[in-house]
Amino acid sequence: MKLSKFLLGTASALALSGSLVVTDMAVAQEILVPSLVYRTGAYAPNGVPLANGIADYFALLNARDGGIGGVKIKVEECETGYKTPVGVECYEALKAKGAVAFSPFSTGITYQLIPKATQDKIPIFSMGYGRTSAADGSVFKWVFNFPTTYWSQASAVIKYFGDRAGGMDKLKGKKIVHIYHNSAYGKEANPTLEILAKKLGFNLTLLAVDHPGQEQKSTWLQVRRIKPDYIFMSGWGVMNQVAIKEAASINFPMENFLGNWWSGTESDTIPGGAGANGYTSTNFHSVGANFSALNDIKKYVYDAGNGAGKKERIGEVLYNRGIVNSVFVAEAIRVAQKKFGVKQVTGEQVRYGFENLNMDAARWKELGLGGFMGNVKVTCKDHEGGGGVVFIQKWDASGKKWDRVGSAKGYTPMRDVVRPLVEADAAAFAKENGITPRDCS
Amino acid sequence: MLYRETGQFKTSYSADQAIFPIFQDRMFILGWLIVAFIAVPLMASEYWFQIILIPFLVFSLATLGLNILVGYCGQISLGTGGFMAVGAFSAYKLATNVPELNIIFVILISGLITALVGILFGLPSLRIKGFYLAVATLAAQFFLIWMFNKFGWFVNYSPSGSIAIPPMEIFGVMVTSAKADPVARYYLALGFTVVLALLAKNLVRGPTGRAWMAIRDMDIAAEIIGIKPLATKLKAFAVSSFFIGVAGALYFSAWSGTAESDAFDINLSFNILFMVIIGGLGSVVGSFMGAAFIVLLPIFLTNLFVGELGFSALTAKHLEITIFGALIIFFLAVEPHGLARMWQVTKEKLRIWPFPH
Repeated sequence: MKLSKFLLGTASALALSGSLVVTDMAVAQEILVPSLVYRTGAYAPNGVPLANGIADYFALLNARDGGIGGVKIKVEECETGYKTPVGVECYEALKAKGAVAFSPFSTGITYQLIPKATQDKIPIFSMGYGRTSAADGSVFKWVFNFPTTYWSQASAVIKYFGDRAGGMDKLKGKKIVHIYHNSAYGKEANPTLEILAKKLGFNLTLLAVDHPGQEQKSTWLQVRRIKPDYIFMSGWGVMNQVAIKEAASINFPMENFLGNWWSGTESDTIPGGAGANGYTSTNFHSVGANFSALNDIKKYVYDAGNGAGKKERIGEVLYNRGIVNSVFVAEAIRVAQKKFGVKQVTGEQVRYGFENLNMDAARWKELGLGGFMGNVKVTCKDHEGGGGVVFIQKWDASGKKWDRVGSAKGYTPMRDVVRPLVEADAAAFAKENGITPRDCS
Repeated sequence: MLYRETGQFKTSYSADQAIFPIFQDRMFILGWLIVAFIAVPLMASEYWFQIILIPFLVFSLATLGLNILVGYCGQISLGTGGFMAVGAFSAYKLATNVPELNIIFVILISGLITALVGILFGLPSLRIKGFYLAVATLAAQFFLIWMFNKFGWFVNYSPSGSIAIPPMEIFGVMVTSAKADPVARYYLALGFTVVLALLAKNLVRGPTGRAWMAIRDMDIAAEIIGIKPLATKLKAFAVSSFFIGVAGALYFSAWSGTAESDAFDINLSFNILFMVIIGGLGSVVGSFMGAAFIVLLPIFLTNLFVGELGFSALTAKHLEITIFGALIIFFLAVEPHGLARMWQVTKEKLRIWPFPH
């Protein structure tokens, strides 16, 4: 054996790794926005459009406006593969480089980062995922989960089902099944659904699907036995398309099958072909590329050859969600710059920006995204930004597009039910971890 | 020239039975301990603690535990992830329900609970062997993870099923949760790893270890010379599970701070088995080498490609997966007995150096 070569290799490897973790703080006049992405692994079909949307919006700001407030934004991607330990590694590496805010795009990673980021004074922006009780800003000072949460969503979904049944009182005795990804993410909606089932008198069945969700035969056998009136699904990745195909194969009426906002994207429905026609899902923003900001992305970013993905995929559900995420981060940076009068903001200042975001219809319009989504007003107490509006979208398999259905104004969550749950859970967390809630009055 | 035991005469039985009879080996270990206890905490950054050092220690301990079972006693197990979960969830239940209990005892009791579970799942080993036993332990893996996922009692009925370690102190120094200094968490992991590694080294060179190896090499012959298979095998399961349980408790308390049952899935079991195989079956130092290889190499490759060479995150990931796989094949082709054997060959060469033979 060539031992000497092996030793030499090891020695040089060690020498190299020693030089790796030199903390090069972000170079002056550049704000580092980390992007935890998963372009590989079981969830890549979802991760790719998200990552592209995130990158493209900042590329637009850099190309069109010269960054934010005259400072360029540097987006640094870190590949997590949707794996929690790798996500934490990304966090530590990017934190050392001076990242100002993290959006993990994984509930598992979010749970890991909440205590760490709180300690490191870096805001976590988990947009519509992660820990629901982080909506209580008095306990979770550094975590933001606006525009809405899983619990709010679940209550809005029940409202929509009530709407379809012809009134909330008609839900009594109806059978509703929740099919969920058997992980921290998928389970989030369960307690709210259970409480609503008790309150409104519908029969709820919870069916778990294990990661990654390719095997669902037994789940759908149970669905056939139960014969539910409505199915709600909290799925992710390959689980969604398998479920849609299974539902089609048992001839379940698609308009009564509703996915949450992570279970309604093109890569979920297109594999189902014509069978997926009529499948519905929730969303909290618009789809399609018919917005001037998105046209600007085509013009300034893609025509210059700097696009992260393919031009024709602009406007897909998860691409637009990546855009929304970047819009909120960019706006938080803008608010922070204005408040503190600096260009190079820190994580602590961006936290202030998040907490004082007020995105009304006029502001969305200014950004070239008029009517893109509901208003969001974050306060010290309410990190959910008012609870948001949940839209329902329906898949049109022949046109390969989503149409909005149900109430044109969307469905608002039952804040009276959800908010006490949020505050109770946050209080329990505060007690377990020795946190004194801050005064938000 | 430097590494040669010539002239080191043993004048007493205790010197002859010392754990490291050769002077250079003693110095070598002492050197590593000084580095680990003094030099590293002075120099390492938070990134090093959180991403490299603490996981390395935790996985070394788990690998050591599995190595006792697979490498020394010859019983294949694929339930490591499940047993680590037992350690982690026990630590959580103890830490939240008995808050006055010191974290050291929390971790030790978690290890003991895991040992009991290990004995339970080790019972089939008395009748089944080899691959069949692997399948039986696989059942443990799936059953345990299912159990922690299914019953809310284990997670104190948290809606997401994820658990978080409360802040805990040793002599007034915070050692767990994100509030604790990474150095303190490092010392917690290091303390347990060093003490247990010492224990393992002494166990495997004493009568217990010899009985294990006899069972491993030929169980019928071992039985004929008077070794009880029942007691010996179950002892191996108990000790191995204790180590793995402590590693699981440290994974949760000293390293990640939060966990969910998914973190301990079958992939973790395979990873730790790979650490054992690459490090070298039946070797204490090999456990550390194997853990270092599997834990550190992907991080090193990512840093090299993204940080130094400026590749995109995606390309780097693909390259990393490819190179990682190729290196595993390379190392096992060059030295099928693992890194520990390589280290042994190095020592033998050093002994006769500068002569080749």
